[in-house]
Amino acid sequence: MKLADTLRIEGGRILATLIRYTGDFHLAEDALQEATVVALERWSDDDLPPNPAAWLMTTARNKALDRLRREAKRSSKEDEAMRLLDETPPPPDDRDDRLRLLFTCCHPAIAPASQIALALRTICGLSTDEIARVFLVKTPTMAQRISRTKTKIADAHIAYRVPDDHELPERLVPVLVTVYAVFTAGHHAPSGRFDARVDLAEEGVRLARLLTELMPDEPECWGLLALTLATHARSGARLDESGHMVLLADQDRNDWDHQAIGEAAQIVERQQRRRRPGPFQLQAAIASLHGLAPSYEHTDWREITGLYRALEAMQPTVVVRVNRAVAEAELHGPEAALALLEHVDSDWHYVWVARSDFERRLGRRAEARRSLHRALSADMNDSDRALLEHRLAQLG
Amino acid sequence: MPRYAALIYSEEPSSPPSDAEWGQVMADYTEFGEKGEAAKVILGGEALHDTSTATTVHVEGGKGGEIMTTDGPFAETKEALGGFYLLEAADLDDAIKWASQIPGAWHGHVEVRPIMEFDQE
Repeated sequence: MKLADTLRIEGGRILATLIRYTGDFHLAEDALQEATVVALERWSDDDLPPNPAAWLMTTARNKALDRLRREAKRSSKEDEAMRLLDETPPPPDDRDDRLRLLFTCCHPAIAPASQIALALRTICGLSTDEIARVFLVKTPTMAQRISRTKTKIADAHIAYRVPDDHELPERLVPVLVTVYAVFTAGHHAPSGRFDARVDLAEEGVRLARLLTELMPDEPECWGLLALTLATHARSGARLDESGHMVLLADQDRNDWDHQAIGEAAQIVERQQRRRRPGPFQLQAAIASLHGLAPSYEHTDWREITGLYRALEAMQPTVVVRVNRAVAEAELHGPEAALALLEHVDSDWHYVWVARSDFERRLGRRAEARRSLHRALSADMNDSDRALLEHRLAQLG
Repeated sequence: MPRYAALIYSEEPSSPPSDAEWGQVMADYTEFGEKGEAAKVILGGEALHDTSTATTVHVEGGKGGEIMTTDGPFAETKEALGGFYLLEAADLDDAIKWASQIPGAWHGHVEVRPIMEFDQE
């Protein structure tokens, strides 16, 4: 593995532990960054230490201690420094630290958009610039939002812990939404190649599985796990030999992970019997129907359309509307689908990609081109852009 | 342990409460006060006269400038600051748990603000 990848992945793994150890988001991040700089100086692509995570952990811990010692001379932080000195370095307790970090980021005293932004920054190590793209805001705005959130956690003493059992249900929704955002950032990267952050998709699946262990009686936890499994199962077929994105209709279904799809379908079925439907279960049902279909033509569009309608009743968002329109187009034709998007005004490029596709199928090439131009004016990853430019060229 | 100010905002009644209503409010606050003091969570707190008694001060032009006074509270809002507690709690969750037991939170709102701790040499 390349040095940069090792540092990014191992660094992400130990940050949660460092935060527990120092009790301070800012300090933990700074210490990790300093340790990373040292690693970049000492290591090379073919000369990595046998246990990079342990090396980074120890180095970052020492950096944090150095800083605390320096500050202790000037202030009352001496106690804190002494306390850390007494402790042996904590072993990276992956499972619990990740959950602690997740629940802390998703504390109800933090605004929802800031919860996801902070999670993407700390759990996933996305750059502020990338997170700004996810939220369609300017980078300095996002930098300020993240910094303010970390400061609030420190100053208001938001606890770094997993809530008690009786608190879990009310803390659940923002956590599920955040894990799905983590997964999505990995499944479809906000910048660079669309598969640039596949490790985050895997992290999303892992976190979803941890949540089902923590809350086995919550159907939506299982819904999230099934959704991430069934979606991630298709990732092996999304690239052609030249590295271009392959659309669902054209993917070689032999390259899908049918074991993961099977697990997802089984979860969906088991949870349906509980009769406590929710947005994640519905999306999981849709994803597993796609996974089980023998071909794009032989997909159960009627069932999928029905599921999207139910989802839209719960979550009337632009994203759901666009996905529903794509399914309706297969069932009722492009004209009906286009009508669904007529009054949707959004900068999200998929609105315009979908519109353009319906317009093309209706033979309205000039409109299809106009919609694609509108789509291309948005921020997107390189793979999406290449695909859209290719389509535009095909429209002539 | 971190300390928090619990600032109690509620609508000021347009007419004086009846004896029964006043008695209930006092009983609720007394109950909270006893519970909070027994748990050593309440470090202090006061009730305030209503906002018609407030005077807002501003020094125009900064330090040493002209003292400007305005009759009334700083911000004229439907719900006004009516009192506060100084709480000591384990963390924000603990502080929120206590704040939710302040009678003012049942009809109005309680703002929980961490106290800035200065280093003591």
